[in-house]
Amino acid sequence: MSRQSLAKAHQKIQELSWEPQYHEPYMKYGTDYTFRKAAKKDPLKQVLRSYFPMQEEKDHRVFGATDGAIRGNMFRQVQERWLEWQKLFLSIIPLPEVSAARSMPMLFSVVPNPELHNGQAIQMIDEVRHSTIQQNLKRVYMNNYIDPAGFNNSLRNFHSDYCGTIGRQFAEGFITGDAITAASIYLTIVAETAFTNTLFVAMPAEAAANGDYLLPTVFHSVQSDESRHISNGYATLLMALSDEDNRQLLERDLRYAWWNNHRVVDAAIGTFIEYGTKDRRKDRESYAEMWRRWIYDDYYRAYLVPLEKYGLVIPHDLIEESWNQIWNKGYVHEVAQFFATGWLANYWRIDGMTDEDFEWFEYKYPGWYDKYGKWWENYNRLAKPNGHNPIVFEDVDYVYPSRCWTCMVPCLVREDMVTHEFEDGSIRTYCHEVCRWTDVEAFQPTYQGRETPNMGRLVGKREWETLYHGWNWADVVQDMGFVRDDGKTMTAQPHLDLDPKKMWTLDHMRRCPPLGSPNVVLNELDAEGRAAFIADYNKQGPAGRPAPTNA
Amino acid sequence: MTTTERPERNVPKPVFTDAEAGAQTFPDSGASARRYNYYKPAKRKQTHYEDVTVDVQPDPRHYLSQGWIYGFANGEAGYPLHWTKLKAWGVDLPEPERYAGSGGKGYEWPAHGWHEFRDPNEEWELTFYRYNANVVRQVNQNIDNARSAKAFDNWTANWKQFVERNVGAWMHIEHILGLYVFAACNRSGPTNMHNTAMAVNSMHKIRFAQDLALYNLTLTEEIEGFDGTAHLSAWNEDPEWQGVRKVTEALTAVDNDWGESMFATNVIFEPLIGELFRSNLVMQAAAGNGDYVTPTVMGAAEYDFAQRDLRWTQVCFGPLTQDREFAQHNKDLMNGWLSHWVPQCLEAARTLQPIWSLPDAKPPRFEDSLDRAKNRFAGILTDLGLETPKELNQ
Repeated sequence: MSRQSLAKAHQKIQELSWEPQYHEPYMKYGTDYTFRKAAKKDPLKQVLRSYFPMQEEKDHRVFGATDGAIRGNMFRQVQERWLEWQKLFLSIIPLPEVSAARSMPMLFSVVPNPELHNGQAIQMIDEVRHSTIQQNLKRVYMNNYIDPAGFNNSLRNFHSDYCGTIGRQFAEGFITGDAITAASIYLTIVAETAFTNTLFVAMPAEAAANGDYLLPTVFHSVQSDESRHISNGYATLLMALSDEDNRQLLERDLRYAWWNNHRVVDAAIGTFIEYGTKDRRKDRESYAEMWRRWIYDDYYRAYLVPLEKYGLVIPHDLIEESWNQIWNKGYVHEVAQFFATGWLANYWRIDGMTDEDFEWFEYKYPGWYDKYGKWWENYNRLAKPNGHNPIVFEDVDYVYPSRCWTCMVPCLVREDMVTHEFEDGSIRTYCHEVCRWTDVEAFQPTYQGRETPNMGRLVGKREWETLYHGWNWADVVQDMGFVRDDGKTMTAQPHLDLDPKKMWTLDHMRRCPPLGSPNVVLNELDAEGRAAFIADYNKQGPAGRPAPTNA
Repeated sequence: MTTTERPERNVPKPVFTDAEAGAQTFPDSGASARRYNYYKPAKRKQTHYEDVTVDVQPDPRHYLSQGWIYGFANGEAGYPLHWTKLKAWGVDLPEPERYAGSGGKGYEWPAHGWHEFRDPNEEWELTFYRYNANVVRQVNQNIDNARSAKAFDNWTANWKQFVERNVGAWMHIEHILGLYVFAACNRSGPTNMHNTAMAVNSMHKIRFAQDLALYNLTLTEEIEGFDGTAHLSAWNEDPEWQGVRKVTEALTAVDNDWGESMFATNVIFEPLIGELFRSNLVMQAAAGNGDYVTPTVMGAAEYDFAQRDLRWTQVCFGPLTQDREFAQHNKDLMNGWLSHWVPQCLEAARTLQPIWSLPDAKPPRFEDSLDRAKNRFAGILTDLGLETPKELNQ
């Protein structure tokens, strides 16, 4: 390497900064934020001369470990319970990563600080790295793990499945709408700074405890890049804060981004960590404990709160409410139960919980068994086909939930479900008031009386069940492509037994009742019926139990 | 000495699970199930590059059952195919409609012609870090060796000035193209393969811009009187550079068409101005003026363009001129781009002409250099299935 110091080299490359003289670059993306003051320095101080060899070295370590894992037969020791959930996680995550790369030019467009563009360009390259290295990890699993189904049709699955659509918020949200809302606040300030801690640090630790040391190898390598991205976000945030007109938008965007990340990431990663592990040592941290450490202490208290002195309005109430959802309202447990209820709509196998799991949950979350234990016992009882239907059709005291129109996770904490009726008479359900606010107030062309012409819109067919309303389940599964190579055995199973005689097939699905969308049903009701539906819904739960009849 | 017994550490215990491939037989346990089955490879066998790149960016025309879920304020969402005026077969088919009870199916893979593109360089993270790390290592070694050999002492006075002003000015062009053309367009392409190719192209450019800047810094440290800021005045004020600057900036201002941005930059600007300056001036003139170092720095970037960036560009645009539905549409469009950009590039090249006479040991004549660049350009057009535009004779 050159003897030139990095600081000197970085200072030199600032001479490349460009002030257009003849043509202004085409402004493809817009923002309602303004940047009239206080340019910030590039916090990365990274030059490609040192960056490329550094990344190459990191690659050597990752790919060396991969070879080692294969030669050392790591897959003789991985827990299937764990690796099955990776079929979901690794189908989702490469898109958010590459979307983060795609989002960087949105920032070139709107952040008028050429010095920061250097850091953003390096982030762009990092993100292409992350996407392809994760696709490669999935390929290694597909080639070496006992059951390749679900890995082998991964991206088609992801694009077809409701879980994939939930995950896609964590991608399209980075690249669409107001450039600062998307690429800075949602992506770098909240997703990367707060939630990659649970995604890329806490979760790999759990992987290692389940015999999988490849996931930590890849994701810790990824996380070592994330620290750079966090600096990018911080510099842009400080620039935004120096312009008072931005504060209202920052408050809006932090509320939206925080809540959406909580709804999506805590749902998925919480489930993987709590329900995908076989490690039930009492002193291993629960997801709630990890969340308290990584997100509440490290992000909220150490990162966000100090920004208050610069005028940032912190959504203290939402952070406390997220904790309330995780700790008091069983958000992660409700999500895991829902995933398992709807196992037949997915493309991985979900292991049932055992007595050892029950004991751990009760120890970590006192009162867990009374809420969820009986249902998981029923799950085990109904896991293998034996003349009955999948658990979702059986009487196990569980009401299939309505979809939240905003975050697309179902409305699982039933008491929190709210609705909104639109002028055309249609009605949407939301899992929480903040998701209603996100749709009806935040993602609109005006916000609190202020024009926000660049704000994005929530679009698409956001209620998965509605697409298949009235369909036979065999046709649903076939339409999505979640069928194994014999043409009839389902990719998904509610157990880990690979004996073909114990696996569910399309024939079993054919005899099930048709799929019904609760949202279609609600929309077909008159005003009185809707009010009754909502009142009943709010009395349901926990654990999806029907409303008490005597209430 | 006493020993204290440490409490037993609480660690997860390895468990033998026998979860490796081949341990059992069941549907999907065979070797044929161990490949990504949601796309068709370009050749008989799926490549590693395809596996890590293809279809990561979704397309509602095949599998995206719920459609895009975030939209821009104007209603656009995802990666609209009309973000270039170029067309690939199948793009005029309506997007599959999804509604209550519709199911989620779209068109069969690949749904339209854009998905047939594969980067011939097969770039993904493993390859681009290896490649670029090798380049920066080699460039550094060349420069370090020159420094220890006192090679810069052999430069003529005029050549020092030539490098400080003109080689220096070139770093700005690479930087602008890297960040504000290639990186800027990596959000716009219709598939992950296009966008990744553009991102990799941008890395080459940004790296080369920095290579030149840091080379300039070394020269400032090594050569007495070498003005490390002269590149700024050359770029901002020298009339010879203003034509190139104007067209470079115009490339960043292309009106919402990633196809035109790529075509105008890699098919037109690069051979007519980029190679004209790098290969046909600097690399020809350096040796005669005692400089064997600058050509090695330039040569690395020349390889980037000639062997990698141009390759993907040809494979991207060539098939569009033979497209089974839109060949004529695409040819007409590209011919329009040629008519628009070739005169600008030629005018910029001619504005640059005076710097050919600056070195003491003269390079080939400007007209000869330009003829070589034009011939090279005409060859690229032939490979793409396009006619040489009449504007080239200006």
